[in-house]
Amino acid sequence: MKKTGSQIIVECLKKEGVDLIFNYPGGAVLPLFDELQSAPFRQVLVRHEQAAVHAADGYARATGKVGVVIVTSGPGATNTVTGIATAFMDSIPIVVMTGQVPTLLIGNDAFQEADIIGITRPCTKHNYLVKDIKDLARILKEAFYVARSGRPGPVLIDLPKDTLVNSTEFKYPDKVFIRGYQPTYEGHLGQIQRAVKLMLKSKKPVLYVGGGIISSNASKELTLFAEKLGIPVTMTLMGLGSFPGNHSLSLGMLGMHGTYLANMAVMESDLLIAIGSRFDDRVTGKIESFAPQAKIIHIDIDPTSISKNVRVDLPIVGDCKRILSKILSLLEEEDIDSFKAGLDKWHHQIEKFKAIHNMNYEQKEIIKPQYVIEKIFELTKGDAIISTEVGQNQMWTAQYFPFLKPRTLLTSGGLGTMGYGLPAAMGAQAAYPNKLVIDISGDGSFQMNSQELATLVQYQMPVKVVILNNGYLGMVRQWQEFFYGKRYASSCLEGTSPDFVKLAEAYGAVGLRANKPEEVLPILKKAFSIPEPVIIDFVVDPEENVYPMVPAGEPLNQMRLV
Amino acid sequence: MEFGIWLFGFFEVSMRHVITLLVENEFGVLTRVAGLFSGRGFNIESLCVAETLDPTVSTMTIVTRGDDQILEQVLKQLNKLISVIKVVDLIEKDFVEREMVLVKVSATPETREEILRVVDIFRGKVIDVGAKTYTIEVTGDEKKIDALLALLKPLGIKELVRTGRVAMIRGSKITTEPGI
Repeated sequence: MKKTGSQIIVECLKKEGVDLIFNYPGGAVLPLFDELQSAPFRQVLVRHEQAAVHAADGYARATGKVGVVIVTSGPGATNTVTGIATAFMDSIPIVVMTGQVPTLLIGNDAFQEADIIGITRPCTKHNYLVKDIKDLARILKEAFYVARSGRPGPVLIDLPKDTLVNSTEFKYPDKVFIRGYQPTYEGHLGQIQRAVKLMLKSKKPVLYVGGGIISSNASKELTLFAEKLGIPVTMTLMGLGSFPGNHSLSLGMLGMHGTYLANMAVMESDLLIAIGSRFDDRVTGKIESFAPQAKIIHIDIDPTSISKNVRVDLPIVGDCKRILSKILSLLEEEDIDSFKAGLDKWHHQIEKFKAIHNMNYEQKEIIKPQYVIEKIFELTKGDAIISTEVGQNQMWTAQYFPFLKPRTLLTSGGLGTMGYGLPAAMGAQAAYPNKLVIDISGDGSFQMNSQELATLVQYQMPVKVVILNNGYLGMVRQWQEFFYGKRYASSCLEGTSPDFVKLAEAYGAVGLRANKPEEVLPILKKAFSIPEPVIIDFVVDPEENVYPMVPAGEPLNQMRLV
Repeated sequence: MEFGIWLFGFFEVSMRHVITLLVENEFGVLTRVAGLFSGRGFNIESLCVAETLDPTVSTMTIVTRGDDQILEQVLKQLNKLISVIKVVDLIEKDFVEREMVLVKVSATPETREEILRVVDIFRGKVIDVGAKTYTIEVTGDEKKIDALLALLKPLGIKELVRTGRVAMIRGSKITTEPGI
């Protein structure tokens, strides 16, 4: 049966189980949008293509499904680059379809033409230019497969206009086989057995877990494993929620702004079990001094992450969930009671670290940003999806909101993209219309994609935007205070930001403001009960800093605590 | 001369590696591979690529330099590319390699004899003659080419073009076999 390229795309998306598309039209994709008009997918028209990609990203993080974006050629495509790079750094599965000028005009500097394949080559897992309509169905199937399998990542498909209009016989391939791409899922049994032996010999073990646990849906196995052996767990920013943040074994987040006890535990440990994490520089601090006394077991699906920054003693390439299940079954045959009892001394040492410094701040007459986050947790009891922007707002959220379940934190970890939070919250709300979705933002970050308020109102998405308004680009100001003699160059926004309450109302949303600590809880309660998008402008202490802080390039145990 | 070259090689800190890649024969694959090297700061010393018996597959031979840890990363990153089917670091295998060079050398009445003698010793060919130059073609492994150039340098090399090395595993096994 002959179909046009546009019809083929719609059929393929149906076969891939797509139910939601974030899009923005343009000349090059008019034929496709014409077909989409009568297609069974929900579609969200955004106000900037970057937001479409962040929304698909937020959708993918919240649901585990592949996020889908359709934009036009030229500037529409280039506007997606930041969003694609964000998803690439955090290994999030999305498929971005960009329009392109007709095949005969490619390379001719045509109207709204951009070499998006060349531009996104380094920041996509893979990309495709569909030159021949006969390849279209195969490419679509491959794109989704590549995006969601192995270590997930963004895939871009460039669609020349004539491909959308031409016709061919449509046959959806049954299987995908890419000879150059065979991810390893089962860990090597010998390595796993060796790892178990190493674990049972340790006296001061620490579990260091990251986003891979969440991608692999391995939270249950991780929790069972940690509890079975009584091993304390520290999470990276991307791993928050993989292990309950209020669990007695949880050390909190580690790294540059991690908790004192997490960092000290890692520096004193004799065995570091890294699962689904990649030894990023925000986590390790000075690499030469990282975990100096520890042997390292590294379980990851991507062989390039292993021994990239830090040499590990026992690498296991494979899927976390399968490997953890195997470890659990091997542990059935071992005597773990004596091992668990042997960890008492280690647990006492960790309690001592906790007594030296635990997350705290000084409450004053002015609202403290940490207080706002604590109240949000108190009201929601952790049953909400939280997205963050980047900077101080992001770090305080990671420190003061104990994430209890996976896929409840949406944050740009690897790239640190300001402007991510609002559209990502939008994506999660579109996936779960009945859940409470909160975007914790700063006054700087919010303005990067504030135009999406229009999208929230159009689709009646009741996202709550919490703006921690300190009149500064907070994290930049903090670094300028610590390392540049308080020379606040280009980091002061005071007096230049719009009245966020009036801005919300101009878009048709609800705007609220709190100036004093006693107003915080009532205003949050009010906002959460309104079934509409709400912006809450919290006027907070302008010079509050994020502590602990490990200055860049310092060892993890050199934390600034005040 | 050859002894001198060997001694110089002895003091180099990082090893030269010859990597053979089997890749999908599609547009953009060369850019992907080259982009990976440049994006991660590795230098490509030479690169040679062409179709194989299977027209959907090309072989790429890359020579790069770096210490073992850096090279391990390079090989893993290459394997990760979807268009790359197989990566073989030939440094660990027994292999034959060849490179071709075209050299334009100054040829005066005094040096003409010497040049022809060198060409003969290296089993090369003179493929072009100018009023004051000879253009020589020589094929050989890296050591042979380096030795030839060292001998021709004092005679006055005007221009030089190398193809980059191609290599193949010795014996009956082929690169696409499992276990290689």
